[in-house]
Amino acid sequence: MGPVIPVYEISQELNFLIAFIIGIGFGFALEQAGFSSSRKLAGMFYGYDTTVLKVFFTAAIVAMIGLVFLNYFEMIDMGIVYVNEYYINSAIIGGVIMGVGFIVGGFCPGTSVCAAAIGKIDAMAYLGGSLIGIFLFGETYSWWEKVYNINYLGGIKLSTALGISDGLMVFLVIAAAVLMFWVGEWAEKKFKRPDISKEL
Amino acid sequence: MPVRQAGIYINKIMSHQNYITGKHKYMNPYMAGIILGLVLLLSFYLTGRGLGASGAMKSVVVTTVNTASHENAANSHFYSKYISDGKNPMNSWLVFQVLGVLVGGFLSGALSGRLKLKTEHAPVITKKRRILMAIAGGALFGFGSQFGRGCTSGAALSGMATLSLAGFVTMIAIFGTAYLVAYFFRKNWI
Repeated sequence: MGPVIPVYEISQELNFLIAFIIGIGFGFALEQAGFSSSRKLAGMFYGYDTTVLKVFFTAAIVAMIGLVFLNYFEMIDMGIVYVNEYYINSAIIGGVIMGVGFIVGGFCPGTSVCAAAIGKIDAMAYLGGSLIGIFLFGETYSWWEKVYNINYLGGIKLSTALGISDGLMVFLVIAAAVLMFWVGEWAEKKFKRPDISKEL
Repeated sequence: MPVRQAGIYINKIMSHQNYITGKHKYMNPYMAGIILGLVLLLSFYLTGRGLGASGAMKSVVVTTVNTASHENAANSHFYSKYISDGKNPMNSWLVFQVLGVLVGGFLSGALSGRLKLKTEHAPVITKKRRILMAIAGGALFGFGSQFGRGCTSGAALSGMATLSLAGFVTMIAIFGTAYLVAYFFRKNWI
């Protein structure tokens, strides 16, 4: 019965070893996909390279379907699985700031670690910048504390909010993703930039 | 410069061919997505939580602030959450996971002949400008990730996998905003 570590109370040392190994898989998959290149990531927003869309949604769907089936076969206790807590204001404000940071900096935190690992100097600068940003948030936290904590809805699921079953929700996400993959493939032809793609 | 020479040397021995895909430079994106999804699923099955990145960086910042001035950190409503009861913020699952990302990224880059010291940017801008933009973008993303309780990995991707409303909202906010403002930053990329 999963999740294994909380259910069987695995020791912290083994827990951290598992974290390290999962991280290796995470970094490996990101780098193989090409997420170690800022111009490849940025291509998503200009249409010439939609790898981000394809990788991101394929991964989300695989994990989503996997969780639904693990739950169905009673192999995981979904009551212990962490569902992100929803604070309406902070999720939107934070997301908007991150969106600007994405197009300005060309990475997100995870991809910057993986790009820095293969020697991308812009990724190392980005990593330094993200530490500065987190520090600035920490230092100015009292200014935001109120808006950071208001409109709390708890660990609510989209399926619950829409009043549909998890299975139907997953099906709808898959349908939306397939449509987006189709648009992505179309965009890569329509906005193709062989000069950039050759360099990546 | 020795760093530069080391870089040239690494480029010479590593940039030959991709041992993983054989021919293509990168893995098929759908294939890479399936592998990433399975890693994410494994994380949920083993630990009950998804993947993350910004959380580990927060640990670094909290540790630095706490070392510089324990009093400051203990009095802050933000830092104190992570150091109460003598907790060590570096002793966290995400710190070890991100160290793994470094190793995994490096292994993949080595096997695909991509280890190279390099700054990527559009030809019309200077390297210096790209570095400054990277620092600014990183700072914005770092700030936003704390405001939004997680980044693309922890909030958007892992959040979506559990069908959490927060995950979908954060994902739409990140990508939607990036699309809206992309036009103004196009010179940096294309």
